[in-house]
Amino acid sequence: MVERRFLIIGAFLLLAIGLFLLWNLRAPYGFILSLRVEKLVALVLVGAATGAATLIFQTVAANRLLTPGIVGFDALFVFMQTALVMTLGGVGFSALPGTAKFLAETACLMVAALTLFGILFRKGAQDVVRMILTGVILGVLLRGLAGFAQRLLEPSEFAVVQQASIANFNVVDETQFGIAAVALGLALVAAWRMAPALDVAALGRDKARTLGLSHDRIVFGALAVVAVLVSVSTALVGPVTFLGLLAASLAHAALADHRHRVLIPAAALIGAAILVAGQAVFERMLGLQSALAIVVEFAGGILFLALVFWRRAS
Amino acid sequence: MIEIEGLTVRRGETAALTEVTCQVPEGGITAIIGPNGAGKSTLLHAIAGLIRPDEGHIRVSGTDVARARERDRAMLLSLLTQSAGAVPRLSVRELVAFGRWPHHRGRPTAEDARLTDAAIERFDLEPLAGREVEALSGGQRQRAFLAMAYVQDTPWMLLDEPLAALDPKYTRDIMDRLRSIADDRTTRRSVVIVLHDLSIAARHSDWCVALKSGRLHGAGPASETMTSGTLTALYDTPLRIANAGKSIVVVDGD
Repeated sequence: MVERRFLIIGAFLLLAIGLFLLWNLRAPYGFILSLRVEKLVALVLVGAATGAATLIFQTVAANRLLTPGIVGFDALFVFMQTALVMTLGGVGFSALPGTAKFLAETACLMVAALTLFGILFRKGAQDVVRMILTGVILGVLLRGLAGFAQRLLEPSEFAVVQQASIANFNVVDETQFGIAAVALGLALVAAWRMAPALDVAALGRDKARTLGLSHDRIVFGALAVVAVLVSVSTALVGPVTFLGLLAASLAHAALADHRHRVLIPAAALIGAAILVAGQAVFERMLGLQSALAIVVEFAGGILFLALVFWRRAS
Repeated sequence: MIEIEGLTVRRGETAALTEVTCQVPEGGITAIIGPNGAGKSTLLHAIAGLIRPDEGHIRVSGTDVARARERDRAMLLSLLTQSAGAVPRLSVRELVAFGRWPHHRGRPTAEDARLTDAAIERFDLEPLAGREVEALSGGQRQRAFLAMAYVQDTPWMLLDEPLAALDPKYTRDIMDRLRSIADDRTTRRSVVIVLHDLSIAARHSDWCVALKSGRLHGAGPASETMTSGTLTALYDTPLRIANAGKSIVVVDGD
C-alpha cells in the first residue's frame, strides 16, 4: 500500500521533470536542455531539502503546523540582503563573488538557526506557545530592522534588495550547485540514518527516554540537519517559507504512515515535484508573469489556515 | 530491590518530595498510594530516571538510575505514563513493537517480532493488532500500552495510574493481567503501580508505599500498611477496611 503510494509520488515527480525538460523544447536542443537541467537540479535540491527539513522539524516540535521558518528564517535572510546592500551599495552587492557570498550566507543562517533552535528547544519541545511567540517576535524584529534599513536606501538599491529577497530559480548560480548538492545530500543521508530514532522521538520525550533513546541528543542532531537543509537551500535561491508545510502535510496525508524512513523521502519527493511542476507551468504556460515562490507561498498560506481551522473545528 | 535514600525533588520553590527513604522488594505488586498532590507520580518518574533528584539516591537492582545511561535504564525498567499519547496512524502492532527498541535500536530481528507477537497474544490484542491506536477505547488502548511495556522485557514495570478512567470490567482485566505477570516465575517481573482506588490497592498489592504531602507516610507489606487507622490518617478522612465476601474493600469509616 505504502509502496504503491510512494511509486505514484515518484511517477508524479518524473512526469513533472519530463514536462519541465521537454515541453516547448526547440533547437538548439543540447544548449536549451543543459540550461533546463541546471535549473531542474536547483528546483529538486531546494524542494527536497525544504520538504524533508519541515517534516523532521514537525516531528521534533511535536506539531504539524510548524515549519523551520517559525524562527524568522525568511526575515533573517531579507535582513542579511538589506544589510549587505546598505554597507556595500547596489553595485558592490552585485559584484560580490557568488560562491563566497553563498558560503558566508549559509554559515550565517546556520549559526543563527542553531542558536535560535537551541534557545527554543532548551526545555524540550513541550512549550510550543513560547516557541511560536519567540519566533514571531524575532521575525517582527528582523523585518522591522530590514524595513527601516530599506527606507534609507536609494531606489535603485532598494530594487536590488527586493530582487534578492524573493526566492528565484531563474538566476541560480551553477557554481554553487556542487557545494549545495554535497551539503544537502549529506544532510539527507543523516536524516535517513536517524529516521528510526525519529519514530521513537515522535512518541514524546518521556516515552522515548524510557525506551532508551537519548532524546535530547537526537533532537539536537535533527535540528542540526534541519539547519543545514534550510540554510543551504535558502542561501541558494532565497526563502520559500510555506513550501515545506505543503510538502510535509501532503506526505502525511498521502502515506498515512508513522515511519520516517518513508515519510522523509516522500516529503522530499513531493517538495521537489511541487517546485518542478510549478516552474514548468510558470515558464511554459504563464510566460514568467510572476515568481513561483509567490504562488507556493500563497498556496502554502491557504493550507496553513485550513489546517488551523480544521484543527480548531475537530 | 529498589532502594530510595533521602530523596528530595523540588519544583521551583516547592518540594514535591522531601527526604523520602524506603525500599521496594523484588517480586509481586507494589502500590504507591496517597492523596492528590502527595508526590506519587513524581516518585515513580524519579525511580524511572526521568526526574533528577535534588538530593538523595535511587538504586534499582543496584543501579543508580540518575547516573545510568538511558539505554541501560531501558533494559532495567519500563514505564507507562499517565499521558501515554500515541502518534497518529500508529497501529497496535507497531506500538507494541516499539517496546523492543532498547534491544534492537532500530534493527529489529526475528526474535523481536516473535516476542511482539507473544505480547500481543498475551494481552488478547490479536483482533486489534492492525487497528490504529487512536481508534481504540480507553481500556483497549491501555492494554496496548501495557503490552508495549511488557515486551520491553525489563525486571521492573512502573505504571502511573493505568486504571484512570477505566470501568470496573477493564480495571479487573488489567489487574488480573498484572497479577499474572507478577506471579510468573519464568519472567520474574516486579510491578510498581500508582493507584487511586484504595480497594484495588488493598485487594491486589503485596507491598505498599504511602505518601502524604511529599513525605513518606508508611511503607511495608500491604496487609500491615493498609489498615483503617493508617488510611484515615493518610487521607484525613474516616476510612475503614472491610471484607466483602472474598474481597477487601475500603469504605467510608463513618
